[in-house]
Amino acid sequence: MNFDLTDEQKAIQSLARDFARGEVAPRAEEMDREEAFPYELVRKMADLGFMGLPFPEKYGGSGADTISYALAVMEIARIDASTAITMAAHVSLGASPFYLFGTEEQKQKYLVPLAQGKMLWGFGLTEPGAGSDAGNVATKAHLRDGKWIVNGTKAFITNSGTDMSGGTTITAATGTRPDGRKEISNLIIPQATPGFTRSKKYKKMGWRASDTRELAFVDAEVPEDSILGERGQGLKQFLKILDGGRISVAALSVGLAMGAYDEALKYAKERHAFGQPISSFQAIQFKIVDMLCEIELAKNMILKAAWEKDQGRDFNQTASMAKLYAGEVSRRVVNEAVQIHGGYGFMDEYPVSRMYRDQKINEIGEGTNEVQRVVLARMLGL
Amino acid sequence: MKIVVTVKLVPDTNAEKRIDPGTQRLIRTGVETVLNPYDEYALEAALALKEKLADGSTVTVLAMAPEATKETLRKALAMGADDAVFLTDAALAGTDTLGTADVLAHALKNIGFDLVICGGLSDDGSTGGVPGALAEFLAVPGITNARSLEIIDGRVHAQRETDNGYQVVSAALPVMLSVTMAVGEPRYASLKGIMGAKKKPIAPMALANIGAPGSAGAAGAKISLLSTAPPPVRGKAKVVEATDGLSGAQAVLDFLKERKLV
Repeated sequence: MNFDLTDEQKAIQSLARDFARGEVAPRAEEMDREEAFPYELVRKMADLGFMGLPFPEKYGGSGADTISYALAVMEIARIDASTAITMAAHVSLGASPFYLFGTEEQKQKYLVPLAQGKMLWGFGLTEPGAGSDAGNVATKAHLRDGKWIVNGTKAFITNSGTDMSGGTTITAATGTRPDGRKEISNLIIPQATPGFTRSKKYKKMGWRASDTRELAFVDAEVPEDSILGERGQGLKQFLKILDGGRISVAALSVGLAMGAYDEALKYAKERHAFGQPISSFQAIQFKIVDMLCEIELAKNMILKAAWEKDQGRDFNQTASMAKLYAGEVSRRVVNEAVQIHGGYGFMDEYPVSRMYRDQKINEIGEGTNEVQRVVLARMLGL
Repeated sequence: MKIVVTVKLVPDTNAEKRIDPGTQRLIRTGVETVLNPYDEYALEAALALKEKLADGSTVTVLAMAPEATKETLRKALAMGADDAVFLTDAALAGTDTLGTADVLAHALKNIGFDLVICGGLSDDGSTGGVPGALAEFLAVPGITNARSLEIIDGRVHAQRETDNGYQVVSAALPVMLSVTMAVGEPRYASLKGIMGAKKKPIAPMALANIGAPGSAGAAGAKISLLSTAPPPVRGKAKVVEATDGLSGAQAVLDFLKERKLV
């Protein structure tokens, strides 16, 4: 066994840390307050190669591994969850479907500019009436005169409505299988498609600077070759996409926990009560130590899942465990971080209050805690 | 033209620094090594110049450091330097400022250069003495504390920062130039730079390759370090409670007057 990061992984981690501290940190509070999408930061991340971090260079990516990707997401989430989800959703949900399932032509047309960060792309799975039971897609598409006519609604779609969004890939029922069940395919829907509209941004509790919208399709028309990869493979495809996404959401969670820990540790050393820093009290020390232990455990599990993926092994179970555990760790850690701050932790001017609001979605997005447990129980054959 | 940037590898600038009481040297074990932050400005100036010239000019980084810190140089390569020379030798331990400049001058003559760019000082030793001495040993014009530079017809034109403003100076190449932080914020190493850096060469160099100057090492040092001490602990701050901005400002003014500072 070897727990050492390679020099390259360390360099990428350190770049992400410097970038997050130097560029993201000064803007995080204002972006959250103003619900302002970080265009400038996305452009800078694109220039540095973050928006295509794990894709091969021939498709416009940086050619780094999954471990480096997870480390980068952690460092950015450590400072600001909104910026981190913007990058992570773009890479794992926007661009990776093209990398995993796109035809060579689709890769050239979409993956290359996405990996270069020239445009953003959404992934539309969830519907107002289909979240955890995502297979129960109500959005329909049928062929007419060589075109797909799409009707339906998608909910909570990240990066779908920014000025630099190029489109969204959505799941839709494209017919009926011989066994009578829905045939599901993924359809590529460019932004300018007639009949495709985006709602205003949702008002959110957390991740407020990220772009999240509801999408409506009313007789939206796209060419027949707009199916991602093969027709009828939509269900298999999105399950595989979500498997990879779990590593990045887990990294988001533990990154947030690391950020809350940093703030709590700093505050505990600065804040005096009864004539001494509160970090000298065991009540505070125990909290800090427990936070650190849980962060370390979650981080190791994420890096193991990323390592398994890089080795070409089955990583689903580890990724599911990592996503579940890291999400819950982020809740416990951010909760204690606010507690250590006392009344100040409830005030907007302290980053932990933003982190507290940003945390909850970690236990909901890309498979709730409950769904992760169901998935894991199935893997155990229960 | 060939630009060489001298780079010192120093203990992590954010880490707590401790001195070994026996050797009076910085304890480096357990502390990560980073590029001297001031040298990152020198590298930025070199890379910006190379990009502006766009004439096939190259940027080489030269470091003199213990073997174990070699990989730290990759960051300079990731930022965009073309190659690196890593001067390492057990006999270099304990070299003083003058000796460092002498050894670097020997190395630079061996490598060849048109323009040498240095950071103004190091984050650990903070003598700021190397650039001037280096120009002397190289027997080339030395322009220190440059805030900007350009090359016109084989001459360096630079603005030198002074207490009251700046001087505009010019010298024919080859030149040794040191920069201040006003020269421009160092760039981030891009992902592409990081992935490409592992393929760039770091050439090893030892004292024997450059004629082993006698100034190297503790034996050649002209300055003896007698003792070191941590900075004095800051006294307790005076805290004044103010009901509003005006009375707060008055309290600050009274305090400054009392100390005869205004």
